[in-house]
Amino acid sequence: MSRRQMIVVALVLLAACMLPFVVSNYRTFQFTLALVYAIALLGLNMLTGYNGQISLGHGAFYAIGAYTAAILMDQYGVPYWATIPAAAVVCLIAGFLFGLPALRLEGLYLALATFALAVSLPALLKYHHLEQWTGGVQGIVLLKPDAPFGLPLNPDQWLYFFTLAITVLMFVLAWNILRGRMGHAMVAIRDQHIAAEAMGIHTAMVKSMTFGISAMYTGIAGALGAIAIQFVAPDSFNIFVSIMLLVGVVIGGLASISGAIYGALFIQFVPNIADAISKAAPWAIFGIFLLGFVYVMPMGIAGAVRMAVARLTRKAQNQAAKP
Amino acid sequence: MAALLQVSGLHASYGLTRVLHGIDFAMDEGTITTLLGANGAGKTTTLRALCGMVKTQGQVRFSGERIDGKAPEDIVRKGIAHVPDGRGTFVNLTTEENLRLGAYTRRDRGAVEADLERVYGYFPRLKERHTQQAGTLSGGEQQMLAVSRALMLRPRLMLLDEPSFGLAPLIVRELFEILRTVNAKEKVSMLVVEQNAAMALELADHAYLIETGRVVLSGTTGEIKSNDAVRRSYLGY
Amino acid sequence: MQELLHQVLAGLATGGIYASLALALVMIYQATHLVNFAQGEMAMFATYLAWSLINAGMPYWPAFLLTVVLAFVLGVVIERVIIRPVENAPVLAVVVVFIALLVILNSVTGWIYSYTIKSFPSPFPAEPIFGQYVTSHQGGAIGVTLVVLLLLFLFFRYTPLGLAMRAAAQNPDSARLVGIRVGWMLALGWGLAAAVGGVAGMMVAPIVFLDPNMMGGVLLYAFAAALVGGIDNPAGAVFGGFLVGVLENLLGAFVIGNELKLAVALVLIIGVLVVKPSGFFGKVLVTRV
Repeated sequence: MSRRQMIVVALVLLAACMLPFVVSNYRTFQFTLALVYAIALLGLNMLTGYNGQISLGHGAFYAIGAYTAAILMDQYGVPYWATIPAAAVVCLIAGFLFGLPALRLEGLYLALATFALAVSLPALLKYHHLEQWTGGVQGIVLLKPDAPFGLPLNPDQWLYFFTLAITVLMFVLAWNILRGRMGHAMVAIRDQHIAAEAMGIHTAMVKSMTFGISAMYTGIAGALGAIAIQFVAPDSFNIFVSIMLLVGVVIGGLASISGAIYGALFIQFVPNIADAISKAAPWAIFGIFLLGFVYVMPMGIAGAVRMAVARLTRKAQNQAAKP
Repeated sequence: MAALLQVSGLHASYGLTRVLHGIDFAMDEGTITTLLGANGAGKTTTLRALCGMVKTQGQVRFSGERIDGKAPEDIVRKGIAHVPDGRGTFVNLTTEENLRLGAYTRRDRGAVEADLERVYGYFPRLKERHTQQAGTLSGGEQQMLAVSRALMLRPRLMLLDEPSFGLAPLIVRELFEILRTVNAKEKVSMLVVEQNAAMALELADHAYLIETGRVVLSGTTGEIKSNDAVRRSYLGY
Repeated sequence: MQELLHQVLAGLATGGIYASLALALVMIYQATHLVNFAQGEMAMFATYLAWSLINAGMPYWPAFLLTVVLAFVLGVVIERVIIRPVENAPVLAVVVVFIALLVILNSVTGWIYSYTIKSFPSPFPAEPIFGQYVTSHQGGAIGVTLVVLLLLFLFFRYTPLGLAMRAAAQNPDSARLVGIRVGWMLALGWGLAAAVGGVAGMMVAPIVFLDPNMMGGVLLYAFAAALVGGIDNPAGAVFGGFLVGVLENLLGAFVIGNELKLAVALVLIIGVLVVKPSGFFGKVLVTRV
């Protein structure tokens, strides 16, 4: 990372830390959710952007993470912070297991398979034979945790910082993975599947692992989301969640870490803006926003930022080169 | 008599890469002209530029009318048929469907039927296989199909991009014989891009040699064949 | 036994609807290599238009025909105005455009017509006229589906325009070289697909009642059907549609109940795809390295 990039990251982190003290509790809560989505989008981006496997079903892993946290907290009294690693492990395994048979499917077929997963999960959660664990249609209610060690933060603020810490951790982890051998293997498979195999990359392993890691990220996000919202129910995890995650990844920018943040801000706040513009048909307004963004920035916000920065740098270089 | 095709100062690029650096040449009606050159010289790009498939600068006049900047679909309607490299066969359609598509822009139904018969006359093998899926034809047959499809337009000018590519010499000879016949009988002018210089020089009346996007030599095929540099570099003796 | 026959026939009826929508999906896929996720909402919107016409007093069949025409126009306009700007954008960006279209159509319909469920008339009599195992509407729906499919087949096979559209879809570059205006062929394809979707919507509405969300499940089944039949094969899509319709009904009636039949049906379909990745009749794509 260049020095300029490090300065930008430091400034952003500083602003993020100051946030809960300058905005209302509700806004803080909204930003907590934005952070949650950022983690989820990072996971999906690794799978779809860097590894080229499309998923219309990541809402399912989000739900699995959420329900893992909820069931552990509600039925086994596990403290909230311990449910995060638990959700991570469960989703890592679930994602890997799903990724294995899904290897044979590409493009559209994988889209359908993941779509099926996303559609099936709420139905399974509602299934009356499983009600005693999942709480059925009513779902499970959770309690928001208080700040530990008597810190002078209200629950919303504490949860924000807790989420922020995990977000930073997950981003650093992602950055390391993508920079390393795994990351290069992922991109090689995306761009030239056969050549990658011929070069000795164990494509099956890499693809399944990517699925697992991506599911893990989304599961962690789901767990954090459950704790923030204090509630899980099957109908909150319908296909729409998966679609919004995909939208977030594309609008934010594929194959980009910063794209996860742009995308998260988009899917968290633009629906609210759309609602403010039109109470009668808010999703139509949202759809128009989508069209606008895609027409103007087909490579996502991150892509547009990258091009703008490149153009500015070139201009500065040209200016400097002038006698 | 004004030339049928007049190209002046033709530049073309693929994205930011400039491939043609000012091509000039002309063709009279009823003649066969060949563009020679090595791989990557810009021959195929020249044909594509004439068809409106690449971004160009410069002038292209067909029968006095400027056609540079027009879309391929419009250029076809002026009477220019392009036989692309790789043949461009509609592989999932039948042979006859491929041929009928060549006449897509024509309004004269009866004449189209007559042309179909005439084309089958030149290439009886296509008639034998007229309900067969075009993708199952051999390379030589697909080349004949591509030429026939172009003929179905009743073009004034036919552009052929490497028609000998991947074909056995005997088949190429057969094909070029038919091209000569068509040119003589139906006055179809032809611009042939070829890597196989020897055969192209047998077929054509005039030749232009293209190197890295520029015309470096021009003349009748007789003149070009006796040029020492050409003989050594392109004819191998 | 009687129950089995009844379920199979009912399955064929809904299957015909899935087949129509699957065919619309395949038609656009063949021309663009993209699945139009908004196909269901376009069909739903067209059905609401029909409802407005009928409500205004127009008799059924004239309203049906006018709706087909309007749906056709809608398809052409959508392609030229909304899809054209992204024709060279990355695939996933186009997917987001489809999602946007889906969301806009759904929301606007709910806004104009409200979300209360409406009933939609069937042109077929209430008494069963095709025997005791199938209602007249179910039989009629199968019939309408078959007529539409036949007309499309004849159009694509035997008309010059149909030939040109097939050529443009298969090989746009060569199509341009014979003078075909590929952009307009694409728009026409969208128009036809929208018209076929409209027919599907009008056939399904009497069964599931008219509501902005009525096509969601249908689209999913149609998508699965198109893949099972082979995404590049129109006949396969039709076969897939009927197969999925019957499968759904049999599962729901005899195996798992209505709650989970969607999930189970999808799992089975995916099972098929894992074994036969190109579907039953799809071309096995051999890519040259």
